[in-house]
Amino acid sequence: MSTLEIKDLHVSIAVDGGTKEILTGVNLTIRGGETHAIMGPNGSGKSTLAYAIAGHPKYEVTSGEILLDGVDVLSMTVDERARAGLFLAMQYPVEVPGVSTANFLRSAATAVRGEAPKLRLWVKEVKAAMSDLDIDPAFVDRNVNEGFSGGEKKRQEVLQLSLLKPKFAVLDETDSGLDVDALRVVSEGVNRYREGGETGVLLITHYTRILQHITPDVVHVFAGGKVVESGGPELADELEKNGYVRFTQPAAV
Amino acid sequence: MTEVAGLAPELAGAKKGMGSKPLASASERFTSYDVEAFEVPSGREENWRFTPRRRLRGLWETTTFDAAPTVTVSEGATVETVGRDDARIGEGGVPADRIAAAAWSAFTEATVVTLDGTPDPVTVSVTGPGEGVVAAGHVQIRTTPHTVATVVVENTGSGTLADNLEVVVADGSTLHLVVTEEWADDAVHAGAHHFSIGRDATLRGVAVQFGGDLVRIVSTVNYRGPGGDAELLGLGYADAGQHLEQRLLVDHGVPHCTSNVLYKNALQGDGAHTVWIGDVLIRAAAEQTETFELNRNLVLTPGARADSVPNLEIETGEIVSAGHASATGRFDDEQLFYLQSRGIPEDAARRLVVRGFFGEILSKITLPELRERLEAAVEAELAVTGV
Ligand SMILES: Nc1ncnc2c1ncn2[C@@H]1O[C@H](COP(=O)(O)OP(=O)(O)OP(=O)(O)O)[C@@H](O)[C@H]1O
Ligand SMILES: [Mg+2]
Repeated sequence: MSTLEIKDLHVSIAVDGGTKEILTGVNLTIRGGETHAIMGPNGSGKSTLAYAIAGHPKYEVTSGEILLDGVDVLSMTVDERARAGLFLAMQYPVEVPGVSTANFLRSAATAVRGEAPKLRLWVKEVKAAMSDLDIDPAFVDRNVNEGFSGGEKKRQEVLQLSLLKPKFAVLDETDSGLDVDALRVVSEGVNRYREGGETGVLLITHYTRILQHITPDVVHVFAGGKVVESGGPELADELEKNGYVRFTQPAAV
Repeated sequence: MTEVAGLAPELAGAKKGMGSKPLASASERFTSYDVEAFEVPSGREENWRFTPRRRLRGLWETTTFDAAPTVTVSEGATVETVGRDDARIGEGGVPADRIAAAAWSAFTEATVVTLDGTPDPVTVSVTGPGEGVVAAGHVQIRTTPHTVATVVVENTGSGTLADNLEVVVADGSTLHLVVTEEWADDAVHAGAHHFSIGRDATLRGVAVQFGGDLVRIVSTVNYRGPGGDAELLGLGYADAGQHLEQRLLVDHGVPHCTSNVLYKNALQGDGAHTVWIGDVLIRAAAEQTETFELNRNLVLTPGARADSVPNLEIETGEIVSAGHASATGRFDDEQLFYLQSRGIPEDAARRLVVRGFFGEILSKITLPELRERLEAAVEAELAVTGV
């Protein structure tokens, strides 16, 4: 069983004339088979945590550790992290003009699996994964995310998740921008990915509606750049009812 | 049309100086076979303003040349070496700038390659004169009526070359033509391509710019009769310090002709520079013209620069369609991050983007042997640039 450990993580970004600390000491351990939800107000640093795990160059880790099965993730390049089994479904997936989705998916699968998948099997696999997510097969010929609607982009992220089968997936607001049906389809996709009971999920969201479909084991409240409280699914309901006031008032920090 | 330089609007505009753009109508472009008819440009003229004069190794003003390039032609065509008095010389077109005119005024022998329904691709190899040597060259490629032919012109080697390539496509014939610039790092090439398209003739041209320190190709397309069809594709890859310039004029002077221009450049590294100037002129007589031109540039790293100027002049309303577009995109850090976050290593990510970018052009090349030849050239260039 895999483990992703985040220990006292501090992350800064460069701003005019200096740096600004966004993450102020994040502690979090996720084991394979577990799903952790992170909820927190806008600007509290949730996406920053997601990007720091993936290794985005804009986010500088000033102290702390990220370990995947005890191995230092921070010394790996972005692509090494992905090949080691980490995946980030982005809040704002990037458009890559000129590169077809088919080509991109195959390159990614080749990199992550260490060898090019057999063409005939691969075409079948992609077709099946797309149909599971109600994605029109014509999308493989379009350029990566180019001109896709917000919801279409989110489906593509989950499509990649289902093809790349990482050890741990960070889903950054994968539910936002989805209509009711899309939310169900996408949630089913994530649940299929969880099915084997080996993979871990860190699910960043503002809404409990996705938690109706994807039941978390643990809910964390994120505020001021760190986890301020953790609990069971009932914590999400409390947040939905009362908001984050209890966690963002100066006294509570 | 041969006039004296003083009357040419673009040169007149240059004389006024002021650094402003002396934009001249393409219909009034000055042309002459005689170098003395051209003034030495100041560098501010519209057709010179992008070209780095100091890197031209004297081509800017010279009228004398040390040598000629080596031209060899593979089997399958009739090859003649002729003097400048041969009646066919000049059928392709007339130089429109001083360097082309200098090369025209200087060459002693021209290679005329006649394709008489040649089934297999014919290769014309032009080899530079060697480092430190300045050469003038002249090649003419011609088809015979109602035939189909395929030609690859390969420019390789070292040194400095100014030359004219005349392409005379006979009535009812089809010519598939690929011209590659695969020079060594030191090479400087200022070339003029003169395309003359016969009645109901078809040109499928591909221009490839990969090598050399400075390459500037000025292409002109003329139609001799109705029904002419010219497709001009181009792909270029500029590395650090390279200057690759493509200037096109498609001159629609007769009715019922078609032109389709698509040029793509990728740029990588400090000081990589591409210039694309696409002029399409539809003269009053050229009714029922159908034309489209498009230039796309992909800037892979900071410090590279792509200049792109499409220009459409229409003198008649009786056309089928005319359009132009130009766009320069950047391969940015976010795209790189996204691809890497899916496990794709940085170099593979760049290759993916470049292959995809050029793929649109390669997929338009219908002849498998030509497409393979170009795919090999793209892969070789990717290996050289180490992306
Ligand atoms: N590249 C950046 N440049 C400037 N500020 C940034 C950058 N990235 C993040 N920030 C700032 O860091 C803080 C945390 O941002 P982050 O995107 O991590 O928040 P979030 O919790 O994901 O918010 P949301 O719920 O709105 O998605 C914000 O104040 C944001 O403005
Ligand atoms: Mg966010």
